[in-house]
Amino acid sequence: MEQSADVKAKKAGARLCCLCHQKKAALKRPKTLEQICRECFYEVFEEEIHQVIVENQLFKPGERIALGASGGKDSTVLAYVLSELNRRHNYGLDLFLLSVDEGITGYRDDSLETVKRNEIQYGLPLKIVSYKDLYGWTMDEIVKMIGLKNNCTFCGVFRRQALDRGAALLKVDKLATGHNADDIAETVLLNILRGDIARLSRCTSIVTGIYSPNAYRGFAREFIKDLERIRPRAILDIIKSGENFRISTSTKMPEQGTCERCGYISSQKWCKACVLLEGLNRGLPKLGIGRTRGLNNDDKKDTKKNNGTKSIESKQCGTLDF
Amino acid sequence: MACSASACQSNCYKTQQEEEEAVKDNNNTNSFAANISSSNNNSNSGLCLKCKANQPISSNSDGGDDARFCIDCFRGNLFGKFRFAVTSNAMIAPTDNVLVAFSGGPSSRVALQFVHEMHSKAQKNFDACRDRSLPVFGVGVAFVDESSVYSVPSNETDKVIGDVRLIVENLAPPSKELYIVPVESVYSSDSGDGRERLKKLLDAVGDATGREDLLLHLRMLALQKVASQNGYNRLLLGSCVSKIACHVISATVKGQGYSLPADVQYVDARWEIPVVLPLRDCLAKELTMLCRLDGLKTVELIRSPCTGINGLVSSFVTLLQEENPSRECTIMRTAGKLIPFHFNKIEEIDDSNVLLATRRRQKRYNLKPNESFSSESFCFICNSPLSRSDLLSLKNLESHKTSSVCCSSCQFQILPQDPSSVNELYTLLPEQLFARAKHENLDHYSALREQIQDCLLSEVEDET
Repeated sequence: MEQSADVKAKKAGARLCCLCHQKKAALKRPKTLEQICRECFYEVFEEEIHQVIVENQLFKPGERIALGASGGKDSTVLAYVLSELNRRHNYGLDLFLLSVDEGITGYRDDSLETVKRNEIQYGLPLKIVSYKDLYGWTMDEIVKMIGLKNNCTFCGVFRRQALDRGAALLKVDKLATGHNADDIAETVLLNILRGDIARLSRCTSIVTGIYSPNAYRGFAREFIKDLERIRPRAILDIIKSGENFRISTSTKMPEQGTCERCGYISSQKWCKACVLLEGLNRGLPKLGIGRTRGLNNDDKKDTKKNNGTKSIESKQCGTLDF
Repeated sequence: MACSASACQSNCYKTQQEEEEAVKDNNNTNSFAANISSSNNNSNSGLCLKCKANQPISSNSDGGDDARFCIDCFRGNLFGKFRFAVTSNAMIAPTDNVLVAFSGGPSSRVALQFVHEMHSKAQKNFDACRDRSLPVFGVGVAFVDESSVYSVPSNETDKVIGDVRLIVENLAPPSKELYIVPVESVYSSDSGDGRERLKKLLDAVGDATGREDLLLHLRMLALQKVASQNGYNRLLLGSCVSKIACHVISATVKGQGYSLPADVQYVDARWEIPVVLPLRDCLAKELTMLCRLDGLKTVELIRSPCTGINGLVSSFVTLLQEENPSRECTIMRTAGKLIPFHFNKIEEIDDSNVLLATRRRQKRYNLKPNESFSSESFCFICNSPLSRSDLLSLKNLESHKTSSVCCSSCQFQILPQDPSSVNELYTLLPEQLFARAKHENLDHYSALREQIQDCLLSEVEDET
């Protein structure tokens, strides 16, 4: 054992960091294939993010920024880097961590633990918003109501909006998420696979939304991992392709309106979450699931009439004030 | 019921009598079937969807074309796609000379067959027509021999070439010229041993995917060369949906998002001899099936299977296609929505020397005056248009003083990193590449100059 470790050290010792030429190289950076030491990696990585922030003017001084925190590696790195850069370059940002608790017993315990550790470590205040706060229902209650079948619809729709809604609830100016190059590359591919030219044009822009899972998502993930193994640069190349696609300006883009009820972005009259919530609150949990056109089309007149009274009776999208 | 004889309108090559008999049969079976299962709403289930008279090719219910169409309708459908692509994009005019690139695989086999059918029909019309105003387009076939790259025993190569020759000879007259083109013919004959040079060139490329792609570019170069030397003015490839879908994904993965739309159109006239893809709407599966049904002979290809990125992409697309049979089409359609380049169409014939009958034949249904914008420079290796960001990054580098610029993808996967070996590689590349780059750049400048001619002050005036 010791011998092999020794050999390893010798091998590594032969290679010095190609940036500072002083320390032993600790890793081979996938993006550039440079062999660099730990300290240089931190430096380059942080500097690159700083450049992105400056070039794209992502933040203005004095803004209140929520950092989406799931407890995973991406969001932990995000929390670390942004707090560090905020200090170093005097962005003057009011940063805090934002976590969403779905209200599934036992499910978030571990990750919330991690997020709490991040809170102490980086000195960032932590806000946890629960589904109860946002929608008036916890996931457990939803499952109790509609059973184990079909609850994925709720979870998917609610989760997609939860961070945004939580951010709105806490009156923040911007929300930063830990989406990395792999995620974006995957989204580019998925949009090609499903023929979604409209999303293809906006999925590489740096300020954006997140999109849905599908059956072939798994294939795409695998494919990207295989690609990375053969050619690490491929991930960034995919994003580059996505940025360079020449998309016709006459291509029909779906209109991005806002939900009449809660003001969240929606291409329909009501956003999906509101349709689902309406169903829950009226005791018709199947509303908005499956292919029924439901509220947005057939019942349009009906709901319009009832809108005033209904919204007083039922809790309107939790206790949000937009 | 919808099963009358008039339902079968076209492409079913049957006599009236046959058809009536078929309809009778059909009615019998239908009433029979109705007796058995009255709950079955679709009274035509089990019959060809189009002519509603014949049995479909196969009875499996995976929704493929083979389960929906009878043999005749299936063939008619494919030929219809081909013919529509040809006519609506003005791919073949009566005065044209078309060179079909034939690899021996099912796609190019079908392309060859369809061109042949079209040609014999044109010939028939010509013979029947009294004033002979419409000439018949010419057809030639080219086979690129890559045996110098893959070390295969020469008797195997000879057998393949013999088979190809046989296939082309067996097409009904008029006979077609066949060109066997060794891929090393991209080198000019006076530059020594092309075979050795080609081997050295490919060995100098470290990346497996890069080597594959370079060979692909060289193949195109060889085809262009033979077409140009023998007076052809169209190069017809058998690229099908499946192949283009793979190309879409692999180009995306290689960071060629900008130039991608140039490669996926029906027509690609950035080359000296415009390239046309009339099978752009046909699936590989359909083409293979047609070969099997019609007994079209294909040749086992001497090519090593794709490795690296291209291999990974093709297995990924195959997997997706299995999950959803329309996935390849969706991928191609997505790429089809990207803006094509100005060279993605055949130039209209304005020449008054060409007979009016020929000019009138140049139909174009779906060629809108598109918002395509022109690109000035092309990568000298893969001939893909360069994006602004590519050009900018090149300006920063400015390492090579040649007039040839190269896209970032080729830079990464084909050119070596260290500058001295780059120069060595340059000496191994065919001269044609550099000639083309220079020619195009000059062309571009003179065209630009012409455009702004009125605004230019002559030097004499300037001095006064």
